[in-house]
Amino acid sequence: MNENDTTDHGTSTSLVPASDAGTERLPASLIRGVDQFENPGLPAHVHRAADDDPAAAKRAERQVATMFGLSMLATLVFLVSYFAIPDEATFFFPGIGIAKTQNVVLGLSLGFAIFLIGIGAVHWAKTLMSDEEIVEERHEQASTTEQRAKAVAVVNEGVASTQLNRRPLLKYSLGGALGLFALPLGLQVAGSLGPTNVEELKHTIWDPKDNGGKPIRLMRDPEMTPIRFDEVTSGSVFHVMPETLQKYIDEGKHVLEAKAKAAVILIRLDPDLIKVQKAKDWGVDGVVAYSKICTHVGCAVGLYEQQTHHLLCPCHQSTFDLTEDCAVIFGPAKRPLPQLKITVDDAGYLVAPAGFAEPVGPSFWERAR
Amino acid sequence: MSTINETRPADALRAGDRQADERASATKPLGGIAGWMDDRLGGAKGVSFLAKKVFPDHWSFMLGEIAMYSMIVCLLTGAFLTFWFVPSASQVVYDGSYVPLQGVTMSDAYRSTLGISFDIRGGLLIRQIHHWAALIFVVSVFVHMARVFFTGAFRKPREINWVFGTILSLLACIEGFAGYSLPDDLLSGTGIRAMNGFIQSAPVIGSYLSYFIFGGAFPGEAIIPRLYSAHVLLIPAILVGLFTAHILLVFLHKHTQFPGPGRTNKNVVGYPLLPVYIAKAGGFFFIVFGVIALISAVVTINPIWAYGPYDPSPITAGSQPDWYMGFADGALRLLPGFLEFETFGFTWSMNIFPGSLILLPLMWTIIGVYPFVESWVTGDKREHHLLDRPRNAPTRTAIGIAGISMYVVLFLAAGNDLMAIKLHLSINDITQTLRVLFFVAPPVAFWITKRICLSLQRADRQKVLHGRETGTIWRHADGRFEEIHAPLTPDERWALVQHESHEPLELTAGKDANGVDSPIAGKERLRAKFSNFYFRDRVAPATPSELEAAHHEHEDHAAAPDGGHEAIEPAGAGQERETIKADKQHG
Repeated sequence: MNENDTTDHGTSTSLVPASDAGTERLPASLIRGVDQFENPGLPAHVHRAADDDPAAAKRAERQVATMFGLSMLATLVFLVSYFAIPDEATFFFPGIGIAKTQNVVLGLSLGFAIFLIGIGAVHWAKTLMSDEEIVEERHEQASTTEQRAKAVAVVNEGVASTQLNRRPLLKYSLGGALGLFALPLGLQVAGSLGPTNVEELKHTIWDPKDNGGKPIRLMRDPEMTPIRFDEVTSGSVFHVMPETLQKYIDEGKHVLEAKAKAAVILIRLDPDLIKVQKAKDWGVDGVVAYSKICTHVGCAVGLYEQQTHHLLCPCHQSTFDLTEDCAVIFGPAKRPLPQLKITVDDAGYLVAPAGFAEPVGPSFWERAR
Repeated sequence: MSTINETRPADALRAGDRQADERASATKPLGGIAGWMDDRLGGAKGVSFLAKKVFPDHWSFMLGEIAMYSMIVCLLTGAFLTFWFVPSASQVVYDGSYVPLQGVTMSDAYRSTLGISFDIRGGLLIRQIHHWAALIFVVSVFVHMARVFFTGAFRKPREINWVFGTILSLLACIEGFAGYSLPDDLLSGTGIRAMNGFIQSAPVIGSYLSYFIFGGAFPGEAIIPRLYSAHVLLIPAILVGLFTAHILLVFLHKHTQFPGPGRTNKNVVGYPLLPVYIAKAGGFFFIVFGVIALISAVVTINPIWAYGPYDPSPITAGSQPDWYMGFADGALRLLPGFLEFETFGFTWSMNIFPGSLILLPLMWTIIGVYPFVESWVTGDKREHHLLDRPRNAPTRTAIGIAGISMYVVLFLAAGNDLMAIKLHLSINDITQTLRVLFFVAPPVAFWITKRICLSLQRADRQKVLHGRETGTIWRHADGRFEEIHAPLTPDERWALVQHESHEPLELTAGKDANGVDSPIAGKERLRAKFSNFYFRDRVAPATPSELEAAHHEHEDHAAAPDGGHEAIEPAGAGQERETIKADKQHG
């Protein structure tokens, strides 16, 4: 019991307020001189027009009532317009353009119905309600020393009654149970949020295995028609999806998941402009195909600058140079866009024989493993 | 035995009623309902206290009110939207009334948002009010936060409320992002795509985190319903809970006030809740709601029908998030690609991770701990209920502006593409410049702000000591000119001289008698350095004796024909330092 007494004493002394018994402890850096101006005190209250002049007060009353009245009128306009204005009606709003009549009229009438109540209430408060300031005293936020001592005593009494200090077995077993009970809940959420097949991140449906080992035709996105080599004129750009996507579209399942990694951009350059031999070899006479998924955070690299042969990602402006095998020449991306090796099949259509040689899209921890 | 009992025994059962009647008559003007309620709740005790609660008046105190009211507008319109919005990513074919998209495959979320915009009468208005209110909510939270920071309203005893506010502002941004992503249009879908990239950039756990959050491979069908439950249930519950605590603490602490005649640290001067604040603040709710509705009537926001449904392949130029996520997007545009590297085949996406997953928590932590840092530096453990004028806390003001300048650089970076197009500049030049500015702007902004604050303080001193310039030039009989300065009234002067002034702490003894470093010396040395940083350049408020001296000076100069000009010059640096010493002796 003696031990308990000392700990109790310890807690109560540490709870003494910093500014004990109302004496302010000034910070050391503060300069406080006797040579200071005195607070001149609250200025005298100045009357407003409506405080003394009944005519002004009456005027203010009418102004407030007018605003409330106009608010009612606006409400009425809303109620009528809701039924009167057809859904498809449009009109020309000067300075804005063609606008949906219903939205504008309903919005303006609702807006004014609400706004005028507010303006009326504030005007009322400012002109007619008393504007004499009143003073309320503040009291130090902290409790007094006695109040704290009392609180500590009450808490200690309660704690003593639980016998936690004398019965460590209870203390530790309770701590253990409380510490562990959240685990099942946490496990349930974390364990069931999603399948974690992260190896999938490295796979695209350009893999010939998905096509029975046969090369995969390049298809126009979104028409899903195959692209003949001779249709790719110099400087033209095609947004491309693999032939294998059709199966997903037909089944109506996981289309977006497949597209999210399979999107490809196909461009025809002058072959002499391509400075990297591999890039030339993986293309056909200057026709090259690259993953359209940015290696930064995965937006579609959709902007092609024909004059400079740059591909630009509109999200964070990573810029890839087509003549340099899509190396990053500016912006926050680090890695080049992966190239898709293409050839021409017997029927003259562009095909991808091997899929991507590396994972496409944004970086992730295990990407290079 | 009363007479009542004899005539009608049953009446005795109601004998006690008269007492209740008497009590009810005490509340006569409020009618029987108030009495009925008080019988059950005893609310009358609190009513008189609440009705007379005083709130000080200042335009900047409305900023927090705007935040509160636009949040309420969001809650209200958001509840409406849930009646029609379908939080599902299952693919359907659109057959609604918007012709250009008929026959297009899209998610149910996008279809139902189109439905709200075109087929639900007034639905577009509610959607636009919701979105505008959300934007205004986040803006007003930030501006309110700036007001609290620059006036020092976060000081003891309000540090806890500052931390609550900090969490609220972060939640406001996350709540906004979640809501913005729900319609599953091309723009917001691209935002989620980028978010997936951000998550994947986390070292070690990134890929797993992405699969957890999306419930499988991106985009999957889980993210829309999950964002929906976060947006309409989880985050609003925390927001409303914290917001209630925020307001209760304002009640408990009583509102801060700006210094002025009659206003002290021990009182609060203003208008009572009933009727003035009920009318003003209540009326202001209608003004905020009304203005948001008016904007929503005429200014289109987020026309999702123009973007089309989300598809990972197409994209629009100028893709940007809503404004409050702009700074984070800007950070991602500024981080150079070479920061990514590999060790043992593992990828460290340091070109993404710091901007995507570190920036927000870091920034909000710095904001949250600032009050504790400042109070450690000043050693000030007193309660503060009088606000600082920003100029009177030059270093704090300069720190705030430096932080804002950093934020602005990141924010501008989020528009580097649009700036390049509209201003016909190279996007590379803009990005490079902003990269440099990110490091250069804060110190420059700090220095400029501090100098401006000190100049304003000097101007205040001069005004107190030499009066206000009247613009009237007098020509004396002997030919010299003099501008007439009118002395300030005590009320005018008080605002300029009431503030406290700190001087830097000096380390008195770092070693004990035997020359051994005292155990706390290192910490104290650091504190002295910070104190020096905060208070080195100080301008003390004018004192009565200085004013007295200035009066004498004026009289002397008036007597001396050639000295009239000097009399209205500000006190020189040397002179000022002498005054400070004089002050110290008094202190």
